[in-house]
Amino acid sequence: MSTVKTQVSPAQAQVTFIASSIGKKIFMATTGLFLFLFVSGHMVGNLQIFLGQDQLNTYAQALKDLPALIWPVRILMFIFFAVHIWRGIQLYFENKFSRPISYACNATVQAPLSSRTMIFSGAGILLYVVYHLLHFTFITTNPQYAGLHDTVGRHDVYSMVIFGYQNVAISVVYLVAMFSLCYHLSHAIPSFMQTIGLNNEKWEPRLKALGYLIAIVIFFGYSVIPAAVLSNLIVLPEGVH
Amino acid sequence: MNFKLHVWRQKNAAAKGRMEQYEARDINADMSFLEMLDVVNEDLVEKGIDPIHFDHDCREGICGACSLVINGLPHGGMTGTTCEVRMRLFKDGSTIYVEPFRAKAFPVIKDLTVDRTSIDRVMQAGGFVSTHTGAAIDANAILVPKDKAEEAMDAAACIGCGACVAACKNASGMLFVAAKVSQLALLPQGQAERERRVNKMVAMMDIEGFGNCTNYYECEAVCPKDISVKFIAKMNREYMRALVK
Ligand code: SF4
Ligand code: FES
Repeated sequence: MSTVKTQVSPAQAQVTFIASSIGKKIFMATTGLFLFLFVSGHMVGNLQIFLGQDQLNTYAQALKDLPALIWPVRILMFIFFAVHIWRGIQLYFENKFSRPISYACNATVQAPLSSRTMIFSGAGILLYVVYHLLHFTFITTNPQYAGLHDTVGRHDVYSMVIFGYQNVAISVVYLVAMFSLCYHLSHAIPSFMQTIGLNNEKWEPRLKALGYLIAIVIFFGYSVIPAAVLSNLIVLPEGVH
Repeated sequence: MNFKLHVWRQKNAAAKGRMEQYEARDINADMSFLEMLDVVNEDLVEKGIDPIHFDHDCREGICGACSLVINGLPHGGMTGTTCEVRMRLFKDGSTIYVEPFRAKAFPVIKDLTVDRTSIDRVMQAGGFVSTHTGAAIDANAILVPKDKAEEAMDAAACIGCGACVAACKNASGMLFVAAKVSQLALLPQGQAERERRVNKMVAMMDIEGFGNCTNYYECEAVCPKDISVKFIAKMNREYMRALVK
C-alpha cells in the first residue's frame, strides 16, 4: 500500500526532472521564451516598413542572403513551436484528468481569464501562424505577390505587405491574431518569471504589470502596420498597382 | 436564518454520488458553517435519513481537518477555515452549494469526506528533518536570522488542509508542498537534506496524481493560512538548484 509508494529514491527523483511537474513548467517557460524573443525580433524587423520600400526590401534580401543564419533559426523556431504546443496540449489534458469530477458550482477569485484560456489563445496563434506562412513566406494564398519586384530587381516585400493589408478581411484576421498573441503573453510573461523562481510578493504585482505592458507594446508594434496601410499612411510605391 | 442547501451525497467511495437538496431552518446567524450542518443533520436523523458526513476536528481553525467547497470555493473563500465561517456572512434565504474537495488525489470516502492521505505521503517522502532530537535543546543553540525565522514561520503556518488543491483549476498540490520545502530550506536544520527533500517531495506529489501548476494563484486566494505563491517560486528555485547540485 502506501508504504511502497513513499519509497522515492533520490536517483529516481533526479532522472524524472524533465518529466516532473516542475520540469514541465520549466520546459514550457523556456520554449516560450525563445518564441517570445522571435516575436520581438520579428516585430522590429517588420517595423522597418515605416522607413520605406528600399529599407524593408534591403532587410528582406539581407536575410535571404544569409541562409546560414535564417535556416538554423527557422528550424529551431519550428522545433520550439512544435514542442511548446505538444507539451501544452498534454498538460491541458493531464490537468483536466487531475479532477475527474468537476464542481457543480464553480468560482474563481483571482486567476485572470487570460490564464484560464491559454490553450485557446495558443490555438489562435497556431492557426494564424499557419495562415501567415502560407500568405507571406510560401506565398500560396496570394500567388500573384511572388512576381513582385522592385526597381533594382529584389523581391518587393514592401508592396506585398501593402497589398496584403489593403484587404480588410486579412487585416481584421491579423488584428484578432495579434490580440490572441498578446492575451497569451500577458499571462505568459509573469508566469515565466514565477516558473523560473524569480518572483515574490513584492515583485508579483510588478511582473503582472510588466506582462500587460509588454503585451500592449507587442500588440501595437504589430497592429500599427495594417492600421497604417488601411489609413493610407503607407502607400504603394509609384508605378505599382 | 433559512437556507436552501445543495449537498453532494455519495454512499461510499465506489458509489456514484449526486447533489441533493435540503432546507436549513432557523439557523442562528452566529453559528459556524459546521454547526449549521449539525442542525441539518439532527433534522435528517429525526427523519430517518443518513446524516451528511463531513470532516471536522478542532473547530477553531488550527487542525486542517474541515474541508468543504462552499459555493465553488474551498472554505467558502473567506478568511479562515470552514469551521470559522459564520452563517451571518451568507444572505438569509440564499442557496448554498456544498461539495467535497475535488481532486484525483483526494478520492471521496463518503458524502463530503475525502481521503487526503496523499498529502501525508508527500510529507513522508521528504517533509522532515532526519535527526534524533532527544530532549528539547536550548532555544538559542542554533542561531537563525530573524528574517529567515519569520519567513520559515510563514511557510510553517500551512495546516495541510488541501484547500489549495481543491481551489486549483488543475488540482495541483504545489502550494502545500512549496510551503514545506521552503520552510525547511530556510532553516539550518533543513540544509543536509535540502536537495533530496525537494526532489523526493515533488516526485511523490506527481505520483499521487496532483495536477501541474499553471500559475493561476487560486490556491493563495483560498488558503486559510495565507500561504503566498512566492513559496512556489521558491520551490521552483530549489528544484533547479537541486538539479545542478
Ligand atoms: S497551503 Fe494553505 S490551503 Fe494549502 S494545505 Fe496549506 S493551509 Fe491548506
Ligand atoms: S475543524 Fe480544525 S481547522 Fe476546521
